Amino acid sequence: MADKDIDQVTGTDTTGHEWDGIKELNNPLPRWWLWTFYGTVAWGLVYTVAFPAWPLVNSATAGLLGYSTRAEVAEQIAAVDAQNAQVAGRLATADLATLAPDDPAHRYGVAGGASVFASHCSQCHGSGAAGAKGYPNLLDDDWLWGGDLEAIEYTVRHGIRNEVDADARWSEMPAFGEILEDAEIAATVEYVLQLSGQDHDAGLAGQGAVLFEEQCSACHGEAGEGIRDLGAPRLSDAIWLYGGDRETLTQTITYSRFGVMPPWGARLDEDEIKAVTLYLHQLGGGE
Amino acid sequence: MGFLQKHQVLERSPTLLFIFSLLVVTIGGIVEIAPLFYLENTIEEVDGVRPYSPLELAGRDIYIREGCYVCHSQMIRPMRDEVERYGHYSLAAESKYDHPFQWGSKRTGPDLARVGGRYSDAWHVDHLNDPQSVVPESIMPKYAFLGRTVIDGDQIAALLKTHRFVGVPYTDAMIDAAEADFRAQADPDADWDGVIERYPGAVVANFDGQPELTEMDALIAYLQMLGTLVDFSTFTPDASR
Repeated sequence: MADKDIDQVTGTDTTGHEWDGIKELNNPLPRWWLWTFYGTVAWGLVYTVAFPAWPLVNSATAGLLGYSTRAEVAEQIAAVDAQNAQVAGRLATADLATLAPDDPAHRYGVAGGASVFASHCSQCHGSGAAGAKGYPNLLDDDWLWGGDLEAIEYTVRHGIRNEVDADARWSEMPAFGEILEDAEIAATVEYVLQLSGQDHDAGLAGQGAVLFEEQCSACHGEAGEGIRDLGAPRLSDAIWLYGGDRETLTQTITYSRFGVMPPWGARLDEDEIKAVTLYLHQLGGGE
Repeated sequence: MGFLQKHQVLERSPTLLFIFSLLVVTIGGIVEIAPLFYLENTIEEVDGVRPYSPLELAGRDIYIREGCYVCHSQMIRPMRDEVERYGHYSLAAESKYDHPFQWGSKRTGPDLARVGGRYSDAWHVDHLNDPQSVVPESIMPKYAFLGRTVIDGDQIAALLKTHRFVGVPYTDAMIDAAEADFRAQADPDADWDGVIERYPGAVVANFDGQPELTEMDALIAYLQMLGTLVDFSTFTPDASR
């Protein structure tokens, strides 16, 4: 080292660097900071030995602790599964119809079903299950394909009108724009308005009744009460999936509707399907 | 001059300082990046992963153009909460034909790595037209203009070629048929056997429900295949990776 050169004003050692007569004071880093820094360097080396780090010729070092992110997530999932195994297993194999509401598996199902619903179903049916235009409200007692536990479970498992699951619920309303004249469609609309107790043109509705009998009653029932086996909605109430006003009805009859629900059988575990079934059933409309 | 003073030589010559800085950065790069190209445990072959079909690739370009990645990630991390919510954690192989990848780093909206098949095509149309109509609490902007923007795919073969240039294994047959495949995938009445043959697992549908082929069709075709290529009922991840 160069000879000590003490700055007269501050009494501090200088580094020996000098620019135009200005000297740089030598204020070293605080010891605690310096040693912390050396500590982190040492820690870094220990870390690379303990965890996967150094690339070698064909593979990287695995680390003394044998840590793997994939193994860890598998362990965590297995641990929670093991924790819930008893109650989830009971739920997965239970006959939902005879499962008592105070059974732990039932309570587990309703609570877990709410989570399943929130992550997988709420995007279409709404976070409160109230549905949206084209996506059924699941809170009421108006069911398209049935609202008992068995029917709900089937719908969740296989979905509706999808190409993925061969057992999906299926029905298809024709686009009557290709079958009926515009005037005939208008008359049918008036009759549907009459069926659902709305303001309508009585004369046109009379003609519409005949057309309804011919074209619509096979699926929607003689009095528009709907047929669940076909997923054909009840038309004689005030509940509408796409809308019950004149304009929307004309659109529905002219172009038809084709609501699709994906199957969840392959994406959800058995206990998750049962759980969301129980959850939906107890929302208010379960049969 | 002692050994500890040698750095003064570098510090007093800008040219030398630059050269040696570059050298240090190069060594760092070689040690950190180069092994990823040859280490076996960073390259995982997975059955089912294929290049994007022409329509999907066009949809992916729209996804990038609209900045979807700013709010949506496409990487399910190996953590229990993510796996429970989104499905199996993402594999590197699943984005090996992505140039650039869409992993993202911000989730204002949900992760989309496995959104394929979760919702109906009609839901995607409703949701892109007006997200709040199906998810009232959503803050996503409306993309209704996609359904009004007709596309003809006349540049699609060139796009495939560009991707081949950067390493995606598009064959000559794929490039020759690109424009036809582009149209056929959005038209269930067309002859789309070739699309399925060249791109197994591709979804053929009139995605937006309109007679014209629009950007909406392309984007939904892309969304509906995301994360669907690997069959996780037969794939067992190697825990050491």
